[in-house]
Amino acid sequence: MGKYEDVKLLGDWPSPFSMKPRIALNLKKVDYELIVEKMNPKSELLLKSNPVHKKIPVLLHRGKPVYMDFRPPILPADPYDRAIARFWAAYIDDKWAMQVRDINKANTDEERAAAAELIFAGVQLLEEAFQTCGKGGNWFGGDNVGYVDITLGSYLAWIRVTEKMSGLKILDGDKFPQLAAWADRFCAEEAVKGVMPETDKLAEFAKTLMMKLKAASPAK
Amino acid sequence: MADEVVVFRVWDSPFSYRVELALALKGVNFRRAEEDLKNKSSELLLYNPVHKKIPVLLHAGKPIAESLVILEYIDETWKQNPILPVDPYERANARFWATYVDDKCLEILWRACWTRGEEQQKCISEAGERLRTLETALEGKKFFGGDTIGFVDIVVSFLTPWMEVLQEMARIRLLEEENYPRLCRWVRDFSSCDVVKETRPPREKLVAFFATLKPPN
Repeated sequence: MGKYEDVKLLGDWPSPFSMKPRIALNLKKVDYELIVEKMNPKSELLLKSNPVHKKIPVLLHRGKPVYMDFRPPILPADPYDRAIARFWAAYIDDKWAMQVRDINKANTDEERAAAAELIFAGVQLLEEAFQTCGKGGNWFGGDNVGYVDITLGSYLAWIRVTEKMSGLKILDGDKFPQLAAWADRFCAEEAVKGVMPETDKLAEFAKTLMMKLKAASPAK
Repeated sequence: MADEVVVFRVWDSPFSYRVELALALKGVNFRRAEEDLKNKSSELLLYNPVHKKIPVLLHAGKPIAESLVILEYIDETWKQNPILPVDPYERANARFWATYVDDKCLEILWRACWTRGEEQQKCISEAGERLRTLETALEGKKFFGGDTIGFVDIVVSFLTPWMEVLQEMARIRLLEEENYPRLCRWVRDFSSCDVVKETRPPREKLVAFFATLKPPN
């Protein structure tokens, strides 16, 4: 067992929320001090430790608050579901996004077709992953926008630009209905609207960038 | 067994080693499923259809792929001897350095050992810079994880014995004591940990193995 020093829990016996960490700490045989927080009035310690929510329970480890965030978490609770989410985020970041970008490098019809095949194979995987992760909900994260939604979603503007510039419909609603619907849904989210660049604006930026790159490197 | 833990691995891979070291640190019993990468098992292809690579962790029938993802899963599933720090900022820091190692160090270190001539000199120089940066993460600490081995230590474990063997074969010295005192000390401290000694592949076996690989063109 690991050594845990100086663990304090701000909570109270009637609170069902305080019970969860207390049971967990007891199961792990971790010694802790329960600091009874009556909530009325809220103690200095509570206000200092959890200024955002001003709620219990608050776990203090070596004096530093680890407070329970009551907003929907970005990563799922279950370790296996978290692993799956991390896996797909890594796949998107490390593999698929590169494949999407690479279609711009295709010079011949053959190269283009090969690049497109790779991209579509990936979209198919993601369409299936949406079912597995989302478990019937609107998002990869289920009922709430989650880690994979944010990862894939942040590429949407660039995907739209690539579609425009290559003439290839990547998130084709006929072939990939779930993802196409998801993409529209994501762009319509409050949290996303102010942040997602406009396709035309980004396309202009991409053209300028590509011209600069072409000017910098010798033709192959 | 319902809770069985299986690691699909190859004995010489530093990536599957990460997983085995993490499980050993936590005292978790597991079965090793040795793969022949030239003849991958149907199980491996079933459990990692996307990448078809090792390592894969199979826990109670559920597969997880990608070594960093597996490490996080291990830390979240078995809570004793934590690999990642508790503090969110420190966790972010640990993840930062782990990603730095994987994205910025691995390939260039490998290429420094396998290329020749002018290209090798370039790789050695670039690798040297990356190692210099990595060393800063050890400031004031015995291990990247502090007093005990943690996430970043596990991720950077390929430095010993893999990189040692490869450097010897390539007849180059990247980790010179005068230039990288902290990293060299880390190698010694890390190597002297019982859990590392008990789990790492034998050096001689790695030497023999790498000798059979031809340098890539």
